[in-house]
Amino acid sequence: MTLDLEMAEIAKVFFQESREGLDVMESGLLTLGAGADAESINTIFRAAHSIKGGSATFGFAEVAGFTHGVETLLDEMRNGVRPVTAEAIQILLQSCDCLREMIAATEAELPLDQGRIASLNSDIAHILGERPQAAPAPVAPAAAPPAAPPDATAEAGGTPSSGAQGWLITFEPVADLLRLRNEPTRMFTELARLGAVVARADTSRVPLLDALDPESCYLSWNLEVSGPISRAKIEEIFDWVESQWRAEPMSVEKSSAVAQPHLGPAPEARPVSAERGPAPAAPTAQKAADSGSIRVATEKLDNIINLVGELLITQSMLCGFADGIDPNELDRLRQGLSQLARNTRELQESVMQIRMLPISFAFNRFPRIVHDLSRKLNKKVELKLTGENTELDKTVLEKISDPLVHLVRNALDHGLETPDRRSASGKHETGSIELGAFHEGGNIIIEVRDDGAGLNKAKILQKARERGLVAPDQDLTDEQIDNLIFMPGFSTADQVSDVSGRGVGMDVVRRNINDLGGHVQISSKEGQGSTIRIRLPLTLAILDGQLVRVGKEIYIISLLAIVETIQVSKDRLNTLVGRTEVFRLRDEYLPVVRLCDQFGVEPDSRRAEDGLLVVIEADGKRAGVLVDDLLAQQQVVIKSLESNFKPVVAIAGATILGDGTVALIIDVPDLIRSVRKLGSGAVTAHAA
Amino acid sequence: MGKKILTVDDSASMRRMVLFTLGSAGYEVVQTCDGVEALEWAQKSAVDLVLTDVHMPRMDGITLVRELRALTHYKFVPMLILTTESSVEKKMDGKRAGATGWLVKPFNPPQLLATVARVI
Amino acid sequence: MSTAISASGADKSATETSAQYLTFMLAGEEYGVDILRVQEIKGWDKVTRIPHTPDYVLGVINLRGAVVPILDLRRRFGLEAIDFGPTTVVIVMRVGSGRDERTVGVVVDAVSEVYNVEAADTKPPPDVCGSIDTVFVKALATLEEKMLILLDIDRLIANSITDEPVPGVAAA
Repeated sequence: MTLDLEMAEIAKVFFQESREGLDVMESGLLTLGAGADAESINTIFRAAHSIKGGSATFGFAEVAGFTHGVETLLDEMRNGVRPVTAEAIQILLQSCDCLREMIAATEAELPLDQGRIASLNSDIAHILGERPQAAPAPVAPAAAPPAAPPDATAEAGGTPSSGAQGWLITFEPVADLLRLRNEPTRMFTELARLGAVVARADTSRVPLLDALDPESCYLSWNLEVSGPISRAKIEEIFDWVESQWRAEPMSVEKSSAVAQPHLGPAPEARPVSAERGPAPAAPTAQKAADSGSIRVATEKLDNIINLVGELLITQSMLCGFADGIDPNELDRLRQGLSQLARNTRELQESVMQIRMLPISFAFNRFPRIVHDLSRKLNKKVELKLTGENTELDKTVLEKISDPLVHLVRNALDHGLETPDRRSASGKHETGSIELGAFHEGGNIIIEVRDDGAGLNKAKILQKARERGLVAPDQDLTDEQIDNLIFMPGFSTADQVSDVSGRGVGMDVVRRNINDLGGHVQISSKEGQGSTIRIRLPLTLAILDGQLVRVGKEIYIISLLAIVETIQVSKDRLNTLVGRTEVFRLRDEYLPVVRLCDQFGVEPDSRRAEDGLLVVIEADGKRAGVLVDDLLAQQQVVIKSLESNFKPVVAIAGATILGDGTVALIIDVPDLIRSVRKLGSGAVTAHAA
Repeated sequence: MGKKILTVDDSASMRRMVLFTLGSAGYEVVQTCDGVEALEWAQKSAVDLVLTDVHMPRMDGITLVRELRALTHYKFVPMLILTTESSVEKKMDGKRAGATGWLVKPFNPPQLLATVARVI
Repeated sequence: MSTAISASGADKSATETSAQYLTFMLAGEEYGVDILRVQEIKGWDKVTRIPHTPDYVLGVINLRGAVVPILDLRRRFGLEAIDFGPTTVVIVMRVGSGRDERTVGVVVDAVSEVYNVEAADTKPPPDVCGSIDTVFVKALATLEEKMLILLDIDRLIANSITDEPVPGVAAA
């Protein structure tokens, strides 16, 4: 790989690394109080330092320039030169945001937001007490040669000074010179490339053999190098032995004379071994929490999951064969198969585990969000996170993140009262929001709990009645009233705050959760607070399904969505307005979907009493699905159809059955949605 | 060239850049993520050059140089610290701790190779 | 039964100015598709129908664990549909590129040959050309006194499967 290609590849690593570094900075800054300890500030500083170094190295000068200011501020803080103030923290947090954008823009090769950069730069400069500069603090891009050491000598710089005939150099190295591998011969050779060199060694300090320490250097030198050489070039050669040399420009008269070596006090021998730093931190067993893990590309994982799926199918196929075999062999075959089943199940579980990520990835956004929002709303909040290590599938995690944000913002905005109101009602000024997660059964439960004002049941009920969502005489339990807020367009907020009252709302949150195969509900006590409870399946790619048959086609319905299955009795089936069929199940009327009509397949019989009614539920709503027969229940691997087709109504995906045929998986929420809006039977249009 | 270099840097992108640059030039490169890891490794193995960043968690580069100098087989190994141009004290600290010299960040591959060639 | 196709097998291998095509019969006409796109040739097998898809989308099959859609080219081109039997052939192809790459099977009457077609022997299709939409025809080739209709299979499949509004089915 050429250098350019490799650097482009490495730049990608840098971008990812920077994002992680910015996360470290942000979470560090959020926990930085007045009593900040040195190590916390150091961690934040190191992250900024790394980003600065990397961005400069890989040629992202603007990122480097901006980070320089951030790093300087952090450096002063960690050295105790500058106090850690809330204002500084806020500016640093904003700088993190700005850097995130800069990194993203740089990666996508889009223009940077110069206005924002300039504004933050001047804020930082203001704090640093300097006059704001028009340009960010310059950081030389990697192409520039290493800067000359900031030596006090007057002639630092690129121009040859007077006496451009050369230089007289006196080199009096410390005793450690050779130990530290600053080879004089190398330096002199480099010098010789600049011009003719005459070197004289002064051996006067070399002791007698029995007093000689073979590791020490007792020599010093006088060197003449002639030619039009700039001082900077000499400094480059001797840069690592600063303070051990000096040079005077050589004039023609002096060129042949040898200046007397200046014998100052003998340089102290400084045996390195005498200096000892603090004992190194205990190595070994206590490795950092995430060493021992590797990154895996999602496509690789998906591939493995596919393979596992096929393994399941093969296993299934083999089980089918067992029936037609010689009885003597049968036992061994059965044993083998049950072993195979066990192996496969274990493999499947460990593979699904790879896709599992701790929910902390979603929870981690919240300290920042709560911090910013509480400042904006002038409310005092304490955020508590529990169960951050609870794991769930990567895709579920990604999709639950935004709904959670909405719920938390809602709790902060509408749930929690202002500090004054809280004090007035005898509560502590600071409200609390708790985000917790834990496993229960085959699901993950996420709770958002606040100790705010709770839901105003009377108001909600009134609004619902006004909107016709609830009949005037209908009696609802407290819980039912609370959960009315999930209905579309429902917002009882007095003022629609730009934070969460936009009516985008709770109904979208619920729909998103339902689409994940999950369930959400709220329970609340007025004056005390509310708890929102979300239940999600642990994984999306595998489903426990019920196989149903309609005519020659087989469909799969998720077992979780099935309430019960009943034989249809004709007297309970009615047709409304000539089109919609409903079935009376105890005390409710269920709309009925005939799958034969829904999917255009020829059923065994059109008489409802010949078939079975599968009662399904999603989104709190139920429907009955008419099928010819129930077949087996089995675990199926979901194969997406999306890559091949635009989304098909009421079909969630496909799977491959044990006999190799493809069966379609029914999208229960979608099916219910379509039928409850338009009536059952043939679907003519699906309103999204 | 057959020479072995121990690099220490907590930044993955920097490690990669150094690995690619030095590896392509024929050096054998051993990479570690921080001072503790490097010191552990060094207890049992020798190299021809140590190249270390300064700001790292657990143990910084200057301390690492100091600790390495205490090991018999590292007494005479050339060691370079990676430092930023503005940090004079780090350079001096490094020298006092026993570093041979330094390489100023940011640097590009040719500069890295040139500096390494000076001491290896 | 399924036969994998390797890219050799014709008289000479493809050169700078020529390309290899697998040809098949459809209602008496001979069509060609880029051989590099062809993955395998299968016999006709049971498909699982997908509801609310155009009639030329027959459904999906299981191809070694992958769910692959099968299209009927006769129906796609508006030709008279025929019954499928033991001689019906499905050509499985990889079309599109990058993220839009997909595997698709098309049902044809019969598979013919693999031909090497020189660019010199091809010409662009005239504006009006028989019963199919010339948008999908890359070129017409003359080979041994017969005419091959070379299809732009990427475009044909992209147009047939996704996003295009399909007559007879209301938009979702």
